[in-house]
Amino acid sequence: MNAIIQFATKLIRGQAAEAATAGIHKFNGGVHPDGHKQESTTHPIAKLAIPEKLVLPLRQHVGYIPKIKVQVGDHVLKGQMLAEAEGTVSAAIHAPTSGTITAIREEIIPHPSGLPDMCITLTPDGKDTWGSLRPVDWRNTDKKELVASLRASGIVGLGGATFPTHIKVRADGKSHVHTLVINAAECEPYITCDDMLMRERADEIVNGIEIVKFLLGAENCIVGIEDNKPEAIVAMTKACKALVDTSVKVVPTLYPSGDARRLIHLVSGIEIPHDKRSTDVGVQVFNVATVLAIYRYFAFGEPAVGRIVTMTGSVNQPQNFEVLFGTPLQSLIDAAGGTKAGTSHFIMGGPMMGFDLPTINIPITKAANCIIAATPDLFAPPPPAMPCIRCARCADACPVNLQPQELYWFSKSDNFEKARDYKLFDCIECGCCSYVCPSNIPLVQYYRYAKSEIIAADKAQEAADLARERNEFRLARIEREKLERAQKHAERAASGKAEAGKVDAVQTEETKINSTQAEAAKPTAAPVADDAKKAAIAAAVERAKALKATAAKTETTPTGTKEILPKATSAANKPADDEQAKKDKQALIAAAIERAKAQKLAAAHTGLAPKNVENISPALQAEISEIDAIREKAKQAVETKDSD
Amino acid sequence: MNRSPYITNAPSVSIIMLKVLLALVPGIFAYAWVYGGGIFVTITLATATALVSEAVLLKIRQRAIRPYLSDLSAVVTAWLLALALPPLAPWWLVVVGTFFAIVIAKQLYGGLGYNPFNPAMVGYAVLLISFPIIMTKWPAPLMLAQTKLGFMDQLQFIFGNVLPTNVKIDAITSATPLDYLKTQLMLKHEVSSITEAPIFGTFGAKGGELVTAAYLLGGLYLLQQRIISWHLPTAFLGVLATMSLAFYAVNPAHFANPLFHLMSGASILCAFFIITDPISGPTTPRGKLYFAAGVAVITYLIRVYGGYPDGVAFAVLLMNMCVPLIDAHTQPRVFGHQKD
Repeated sequence: MNAIIQFATKLIRGQAAEAATAGIHKFNGGVHPDGHKQESTTHPIAKLAIPEKLVLPLRQHVGYIPKIKVQVGDHVLKGQMLAEAEGTVSAAIHAPTSGTITAIREEIIPHPSGLPDMCITLTPDGKDTWGSLRPVDWRNTDKKELVASLRASGIVGLGGATFPTHIKVRADGKSHVHTLVINAAECEPYITCDDMLMRERADEIVNGIEIVKFLLGAENCIVGIEDNKPEAIVAMTKACKALVDTSVKVVPTLYPSGDARRLIHLVSGIEIPHDKRSTDVGVQVFNVATVLAIYRYFAFGEPAVGRIVTMTGSVNQPQNFEVLFGTPLQSLIDAAGGTKAGTSHFIMGGPMMGFDLPTINIPITKAANCIIAATPDLFAPPPPAMPCIRCARCADACPVNLQPQELYWFSKSDNFEKARDYKLFDCIECGCCSYVCPSNIPLVQYYRYAKSEIIAADKAQEAADLARERNEFRLARIEREKLERAQKHAERAASGKAEAGKVDAVQTEETKINSTQAEAAKPTAAPVADDAKKAAIAAAVERAKALKATAAKTETTPTGTKEILPKATSAANKPADDEQAKKDKQALIAAAIERAKAQKLAAAHTGLAPKNVENISPALQAEISEIDAIREKAKQAVETKDSD
Repeated sequence: MNRSPYITNAPSVSIIMLKVLLALVPGIFAYAWVYGGGIFVTITLATATALVSEAVLLKIRQRAIRPYLSDLSAVVTAWLLALALPPLAPWWLVVVGTFFAIVIAKQLYGGLGYNPFNPAMVGYAVLLISFPIIMTKWPAPLMLAQTKLGFMDQLQFIFGNVLPTNVKIDAITSATPLDYLKTQLMLKHEVSSITEAPIFGTFGAKGGELVTAAYLLGGLYLLQQRIISWHLPTAFLGVLATMSLAFYAVNPAHFANPLFHLMSGASILCAFFIITDPISGPTTPRGKLYFAAGVAVITYLIRVYGGYPDGVAFAVLLMNMCVPLIDAHTQPRVFGHQKD
């Protein structure tokens, strides 16, 4: 009874029930799909022979595409860099074996869209000759150098996210990573590549852990493994004894415990705030295979040239293979004994989050952890969707504790703002909700749709903002040029007159300028001071007023306007003498400009004049700085978008 | 095209509804044993009316008929309404109530998944308001009736309102315990003396408590099958018990004990079968607790102070209205977010 009450209070408080089991912090929901892991773990990892042709997509990772460094016809050695990381978030591509570059063109890549993308084709010479390998003595090398070196390794997150690894070990100077979590949960059904890797190469993995711990400066390391991998647990526990403060934590088999944020919570109890990264709370997560790749790179100088791939499903001999990147899928299928009858298509990734491959003619890439040969029996097409009956099974299953039924409702009715309010962007698209839905509603697709619609709308809004900004700037520039012309005109007219303090001409000119304005404000035009000093003071006051109005009106005061202020003050302070005719003249002209500006501003309040006249500035430099500022802003906007 | 997940493991809507029907079976048999086989006629009538009106409405609304009829939700509505009606209710009462439940309360709102109110309770409430006398006139359990009607007699009564010669209507009807308690309390009798009347059983109504026990059995089956969550029945029964206990503790002469409230009327049916309708109920765990508690409070108040002997139908409908509000204010904390 006590247990029930405790359970009830926790639910009343809106918290997921915490398990009493030592050190494991449960998350809400999760599902228990059939593992199907035995099929592909009966045989050890086999090395796949070098195929006749390797097709290497440039886009195998998250971030910018790398820059091609080779040409068709080049002979390359194994491990030679074919494309170099460009920009911060990018990863290099290396030759998986020695051979000749035979094509650089667009080909179909393993992506849900089925669209072609730029690929380098390498025809192996069969010799598999390594280029010069440069191992790194990482213990005695500066960390910055190591990170820079890692940038050229081509290593990306091999759990499927393919985020360039060098970014993850880069010290950002803000937060200290105290705990390294090694993601070995492998919670998706069918996938066993990490399991087999741990069984067979635990020592190498632990060596990699040591390097990553060193790079991050992390004190502890926790290896999280689901309890359905007993052999891997034994192997890793044994190997981890070689390292201090490194332990294996067995987590219950529950999909999606392999999700980074869920795993961190499981093993450490740390719940990463939705708007922060794991490093902000001092935790960094690496996949086992990634850690091993880092070890191979530093210890032997081997860049990322291949990975372990699970080939399973409807094939005669499901197994894990060590595959060179670019290997055609067909080679992998052949190695697994070919497909069984009834195979309809192939799925890359697991059955919970994977996607249909567009064709069989695709290469294995860095993201390919598992290929499942699918049959209609294995993965039956879902029955037609029924209406949502609000049974909330999806909410019970959601590991993020969202309300999927509400998100579905809002997504379906295009009520995107509401969907965002209900934390749509916290959805990790794990598919638990669809998995338990009695009405067979493709919930995740609805969320993907809503997310893409919101992102597109945000982008469009951003572009519109930028265009408006540009237009406003253009209008301001036209206005300023007009005034500059007037100024030059005035100067010319003034220089034609006697220089000894005779400012009548300027005044006339000034009146002219005023009269050219549609809404020539009489109060400012009429009292043109005889005395140059008075004019200067008046101008200064006017300027100050105008500036105040500008500042009040716009959030972002252009730099040009700010610059006027000190000048204006100095102009007002300086007594204008007859000897300083030139200065007077300038002051007067400035006053004229300022008056015009003030009028414009006054008119703008009544809605008669163009906006943004506050940008007017005689200084050319201001313009340049403004242009720069806008360019910079545009550039930043593009960059932030890209890095997302 | 990314259409993952490729695998599912969920009972279909039809299976869920089928299990609800299955859970009602013990209650129906207990009902038949206590009140006679007429209930089978009532259920058949209601089911037929529900399916026909659902099919017609789907046709009019140009929806696929077969998948929506085979989801069995209309049958669940029909059975619940049939069980809520007085035994031996005339055939037209059953038809009108079911028709209203399916057509007005369900299909006109958009069919399965879109009805804001519990259809069975809408049907019941409409009948209760329109035909209060018939709806509150319950035949006595067979074990108490002066004259026991056979199945054929019941059939004749349902369809023709004809009783066997020399049997008067008063001979087969009696007040329900909740009704009796209310009228006797108004006559300044004390609870302890009132409950000595033969219509009272050990806990609730004589005979009726047996049906209630059978409902409880079915409800536990639904809990075990995870068709319903524990929140709703627990909160409903808990609050009803607590509230009646508080009143009973203050004045046991005037207020019935908690056990009586739990075991009489539609308490158990409501706790496990009526408020557990997911479509018209809240979806958040906390929301379910509030919803059920609200139904319990209103039910108790109507029973003790209201004009009707039992208040379940009105309590459910009133709380149905609050569902959007409850859901909006009981959103659980999302992973990685602070509590709002």
